[in-house]
Amino acid sequence: MTKKVQVSATVNGETVDFLCEPWQSLLDVLREELHLTGAKEGCNNGNCGACSVLLDGAPVNSCLVLAVEAEGAEITTVEGIAQNGQLHPLQQCFLEGAALQCGICTPGFLVTAKALLDQNPNPTEEQIRFELAGNLCRCTGYDKIIKAVQAAAKNLQEAN
Amino acid sequence: MAAGSDQKKYKVIGTRPIRPDGADKVTGRAIYGADVQLSGLVHGKILRSPHAHAKIKSVDVSAALQAPGVLAVVTGADFPELKDKIAQLGEGAVNLAYLSGNLLARNKVLYKGHAVAAVAARTANQAEEALKKIRVEYEPLPAVTWVLDAMQDDAPLLHDDIHTDSMGNKSEKPSNISTHLHFETGDVGQGFKQADVVIEREFKTASVHQGYIEPHVATALWNTDGRLKIWTSTQGSFTARQQTAELLQIPVSQVTVVPCEIGGGFGGKISVYLEPVAAMLSRQCGRPVKMTMTREACFEATGPTPGSYMRVKIGATKEGKIVAGEAYLAYDAGAYPGGMIGPGCMCVFSCYEFPNAVVDGYDVMLNKPKTQAYRAPGATHAALACETIIDELAEKLKLDPIEFRLMNAAREGTRRVDGPVYPRVGLIECLEAAKASEHYQSALKGPNRGRGVAAGFWFNIGLKSAATANVNADGCVTLLEGSTDIGGSRASIAMQLAETLGIAAEDVHPAVVDTDSVGYTDVTGGSRVTFATGMAVYQVGRKIRAQMMERAAELWEVDAASVSEADGVYSSGEHALPFKALAVKLHEIGGPIVGSASVNPQGSSNGFGVQIADVEVDPETGKVSVLRYTVIQDAGQAIHPSYVEGQMQGGAVQGIGWALNEEYFYGEDGQMKNASFLDYRMPTALDVPMIETIIVEVPNPEHPFGVRGVGETPIVPPVAAMANAVYAATGVRMRDIPMSPPKLWKALAEKESS
Repeated sequence: MTKKVQVSATVNGETVDFLCEPWQSLLDVLREELHLTGAKEGCNNGNCGACSVLLDGAPVNSCLVLAVEAEGAEITTVEGIAQNGQLHPLQQCFLEGAALQCGICTPGFLVTAKALLDQNPNPTEEQIRFELAGNLCRCTGYDKIIKAVQAAAKNLQEAN
Repeated sequence: MAAGSDQKKYKVIGTRPIRPDGADKVTGRAIYGADVQLSGLVHGKILRSPHAHAKIKSVDVSAALQAPGVLAVVTGADFPELKDKIAQLGEGAVNLAYLSGNLLARNKVLYKGHAVAAVAARTANQAEEALKKIRVEYEPLPAVTWVLDAMQDDAPLLHDDIHTDSMGNKSEKPSNISTHLHFETGDVGQGFKQADVVIEREFKTASVHQGYIEPHVATALWNTDGRLKIWTSTQGSFTARQQTAELLQIPVSQVTVVPCEIGGGFGGKISVYLEPVAAMLSRQCGRPVKMTMTREACFEATGPTPGSYMRVKIGATKEGKIVAGEAYLAYDAGAYPGGMIGPGCMCVFSCYEFPNAVVDGYDVMLNKPKTQAYRAPGATHAALACETIIDELAEKLKLDPIEFRLMNAAREGTRRVDGPVYPRVGLIECLEAAKASEHYQSALKGPNRGRGVAAGFWFNIGLKSAATANVNADGCVTLLEGSTDIGGSRASIAMQLAETLGIAAEDVHPAVVDTDSVGYTDVTGGSRVTFATGMAVYQVGRKIRAQMMERAAELWEVDAASVSEADGVYSSGEHALPFKALAVKLHEIGGPIVGSASVNPQGSSNGFGVQIADVEVDPETGKVSVLRYTVIQDAGQAIHPSYVEGQMQGGAVQGIGWALNEEYFYGEDGQMKNASFLDYRMPTALDVPMIETIIVEVPNPEHPFGVRGVGETPIVPPVAAMANAVYAATGVRMRDIPMSPPKLWKALAEKESS
């Protein structure tokens, strides 16, 4: 038996300490230890993006990050995107634009799209498609997702 | 755009409200199957066969039972032995003996990944470690994974007790061909004699997977009172309950299924894989047991849709009239009988008037997972064959491909080869809309580019739906339904109740509830929910309306017959109250109002669609890029147009993936070589353009609002449309699907050298 490791990190703005096995993934710890089940497991090998979270602002597949690597890091999950009870413009535009059907991939898309708009407030359609290519959606054909991200970019720019 | 509709007719229908479950789904709060947490929860894992075909000589679980954290181990021997019995699952039927054998193998494993044993342990990791301690002795057997090989007399035989059923006659020898279907209309020989042009072609398609992003998952608690409760991601909570009860040989009422949010299904989440196993583990260890599948197991042991071989021949006169058709379809069923050959036969000639036609279909078992429905199961294959031949005929006859289709299009009164005569259908309207579209009218210029069109049909089912609604004291209505919401059906069902009651969509609060809390409801499948559950809530609404009128009469002390309702306002003489204001008074005048209804519409709602694809082929690599894509479909009446468009776009993109990249690669050992999302290449956001949509509305006379099912038809035309577009771009006809870069590159090279 391996010994559990203590890790301190900031998750959605709150400092958290948790114990984890050295081989446990960040996804596993988020879901099973911290009870943040918004990040989903679709493949557990980095190919579907359903487990996307932001690690120090950059989107990562949390199934490919060891939980111990989160020491000292700032993590944002889908649960941390809405602020003070207000949906983020991306979340609002996903709802208004019917950009989800089953919704299992939605947390990953929202997180990845947020990272994109944080970096590039006015992306082209091609840039959005490129940045979201690591997130698989099997329901929508992507059309309404891309349009929702475009609408959110526009709303964010108008608000600033 | 909505062609031919009268939007003023309705207040709620045709609008685009935010879905009632939206907030939970964009904040990560929605509870999907894997998100279930229960007191004392433990974890189950499954040991799977490393062989494609083998006898199980022995299974020894004794060491696993001693492994750290292990609480229970089960094998096939722990389950009741089931005789052949057919269970109706709504969209299709299943033989319970085969379903049980698929759950946990007994004497033989029939495909790589076939479940053999299961372990429950305190942690998932302990369960996985314990699997390694189970000793299974196998005697490997030769395997077969291609449908034509499996049909040979000397092919490895999967089941020695299955004989070919050919129109009720059983073959003498056991066979991998479980069924031979035959449909005939007119005189095919005479028909082909009238033809000036006859084209006959062969087609092959690989197995493809539904590809839902959420792996299968189930949690079961066998309680001390003998009651079994299951939390699962399923397309049908009642069919999951029925299958589980039958496989465990317990009464259905002993089982409650709680449907969690479901992360995609497309037909692949109707059959149970984990639920009864988790239940048996729970029964043994007295704890709730959660089981989640790996992605690899999803590919290797669930789904897929059939691989196929098809030979189709169509004849037409020089004036452009189809006179005869002949089809030979062989679809693989996977390891057990009962694949998708029936609907394949139904759909192959379903878009056109064929005065003379014959269709032979074969259901063939081989060493792959038992095939499952995948969105219009069997129809996409058949449409590839028919629609590419139609395209060739149009070219030969020098007719525009849409014009040729219009000249022969199925319409009211057309008799399909398998028997039914169409009522009012919308194929002609779809073809006209396609022809008039800006896309079709635009010029496509540039080298290596081409445009293809194809039509498609799916019959759509009705079946059983129930619903209950409670009128609350504030005038809002709580709606309980049994249809699991896989893509926004809470919205489309709530909107139909709101329309019926004359209230706002936001004033109906729908909830998908467990099997103890609503009447029996068939699966979310067959494009049936908005149609059939919509009919149920229409009746619920009418029943509530009738009660509201009685209460109004009581309130106003007038004759009940004098009360009328229009647009949600109840009135009698000088009295008038809108629904909400009247509802507020209910507690003074007789108490709460509840409406319940259960429906079982028969027949089909007949969905037709047409799709237009523009592609560019890279001659250096054989890669196909989609430049522009339009989906046209008859929705009857679009309830929530955004989600109708979503179905059209999503189905088309799944079809594009099927056409271009997706396939199960099998090695000589009968093992799948690409069981991951990296190697099983589904379309990404970067692979497709925006998908344009044109909703055609030819109301379905069988539905109060004219609804036709829309979910499945969109996946029927794309493979053919893409093949026709690739031909237009390159001059090469691709009849071996997918048209992956290596195959297309080779075909281009062969054309170059010939």
